[in-house]
Amino acid sequence: MAELLVWPALIAYGEAAFAYAGELRGPGLAGRLATWGVRIGWLAQTALLLAQAFDVDGFPWGTWAGALNLFVWLVVGAYLIWGCRPGYRLLGLAVMPLAATLLVAAWVGGGTGTETGGHPGWLSAAHAGLMLAGLAGFTLAAGMAALYLWQERRLKRRDSRLLRLRVPPLESLDRLASRTAAVSLLLLTAGIVAGLASLQWSDVDAAMLVTLGIWTLYASYFVLRREPGLRGRRAAGLLLVGLALIAVVLPITHFAS
Amino acid sequence: MKLSLVGVSHHQAPVELRERVAVDLEGAAALAAEFADGCEAAVLSTCNRTELYLAADEDDGLEERAVVRLLELAGDEAAALTPVLYRLGDQAAALHLFRVAAGLDSLVPGEGEILGQVRAAYEVGAAGPLLDRLFRQALHAGRRARVETAIGESPASVPAAAAALAQQVFGELSGRRVLVVGAGKMSELAARNLVSRGASIAAVANRTAAHGEELAQRLGTRSVGLDGLAEELRTADVVVTSTSAPGFVLHAALARESLRARHGRPLLLVDLAVPRDVDPALAAYDGCFVYDIDDLEAVVELALDGRRVEAARAERIVAAEAERFREWQVSLAVVPAIASLRARAEEIRVGELARARLERLSESERTLVEAITAQIVNKLLHLPTVRLKEAAAAADGVIYADVVRHLFGLDEDERRP
Repeated sequence: MAELLVWPALIAYGEAAFAYAGELRGPGLAGRLATWGVRIGWLAQTALLLAQAFDVDGFPWGTWAGALNLFVWLVVGAYLIWGCRPGYRLLGLAVMPLAATLLVAAWVGGGTGTETGGHPGWLSAAHAGLMLAGLAGFTLAAGMAALYLWQERRLKRRDSRLLRLRVPPLESLDRLASRTAAVSLLLLTAGIVAGLASLQWSDVDAAMLVTLGIWTLYASYFVLRREPGLRGRRAAGLLLVGLALIAVVLPITHFAS
Repeated sequence: MKLSLVGVSHHQAPVELRERVAVDLEGAAALAAEFADGCEAAVLSTCNRTELYLAADEDDGLEERAVVRLLELAGDEAAALTPVLYRLGDQAAALHLFRVAAGLDSLVPGEGEILGQVRAAYEVGAAGPLLDRLFRQALHAGRRARVETAIGESPASVPAAAAALAQQVFGELSGRRVLVVGAGKMSELAARNLVSRGASIAAVANRTAAHGEELAQRLGTRSVGLDGLAEELRTADVVVTSTSAPGFVLHAALARESLRARHGRPLLLVDLAVPRDVDPALAAYDGCFVYDIDDLEAVVELALDGRRVEAARAERIVAAEAERFREWQVSLAVVPAIASLRARAEEIRVGELARARLERLSESERTLVEAITAQIVNKLLHLPTVRLKEAAAAADGVIYADVVRHLFGLDEDERRP
């Protein structure tokens, strides 16, 4: 019965994704409808996760599909912090189609059900939660980086319709993406430490090495940002590379191993 | 009460005529005071219009007096002024003022200054009940038009467009450093627009030191020679150029090292000069945005188109406010009947309470009886009052008022000494 909650979440996220496309034509009703879609969808998904937590015997998000379900909730939750502001609505155009698609994948993979889950212990559960929260933050930072590159391109091309859309200023996007990535790196680090606590050398696999690679990439991002002053287009590009690594390599290595 | 408007505006009158009848705020107050004897008056005088708003119980040649006064102001241009003067009455006059306050009658639709000018005219005028309501509602309509539509959001001039672009790059401009290259009028206007949004002028760079120094003093900053440009580029956030140089003043070879030292930190180059001052090749550098005068004019043109679209929405708001004003104005016709009816009811209530010998009751009981009877009268009269006002709005007010007077014998009351 609780699994039915995935439908209102999916419909609301889908509505938000379409409505954000309408926001491209100019600020107005479409943007407000999109914002409400995100809010309602996130509340429905929160109810779904709570139902899973109460109904499932064990940890319900241990499978790749379950992890994806939790991941989408974290991404949308983090987006909601800024997404309700008119200036940041277009960020939803990068986030919500992805969220809706991933939630469909989670549902197809059985990650939204209430079947029996695994019993990984609290440390491993904390490891999974922190890792997912970190990766969700990196996804949002990459969304901001994508919006940065899009807006920068419009400014470079001297698009006369530039002032028609409400888009956050370039510097705000750059700063916010960096802060989001910083918080995410902290969460990822905490997740890795929690994982290492229960690790034995024989457990080391490709997924762990890729995770360390991701950590190194984002740590380098901050070193480069601090020392040679990396910012703007190159910084945004690095955040997108990080997301590509997360989106492509990590699931393959993690869930295939 | 009758509302009249006599005025002249940019629609028909050229600036040579408008300047003849224009008055400053003190003059507007004095002119309003001239008409204040027996009527209400307010004078709205801006660079685009001079309008006299008058309200009186009887017309009594008031409009004619206003026309004569404006012709006196025009002096020897009176003959040219006569055909371009316009006169509007009641609803048309109210709708006109609401459109003016919303910026819909302005040269640039939605310009923000007019709302303050309407407020000032109201404050120094000799307003009574009618003009007080008219101007208050006009200010409300103007605010609604700006809040509920985007009519005033887009930049309407090249300097404003430059500032809006800077905000697209940097967000808040407070603490941002602006480098002004050239001592021309356009660069000064753009610089002042940026300063009004919080930016600070880092320096003025000019080929002729004396001119550069002069502008720097006006802007409260220092001046440098053009040879100091490369150094200034390292720390500036916005560069506004408007020189009369025949070639590029900021060319790629000069700026290359400075731009590299910025490590992608954004730099907005606003080139207002023809021929251009900024080498377009600079746009290839990371974080470097180059806008010339054509780009800015295209932004302004599109923004004005956007304002025109929003103006249609603002017209609907203004029309709704004008309708509310009309309803209020016609409801004035039934106010004496409502006042008489309430006075009659109160007289009956008080009379009946006096006959009831309430002194036998305790203080609290007497207060309770007073409150209950007052409440009964209010409840009985509430619906007739509302219906009378509604009927007034639908033009049946006078008939209803007569019926009420007849049914409740109010005429006899009014005739009673």
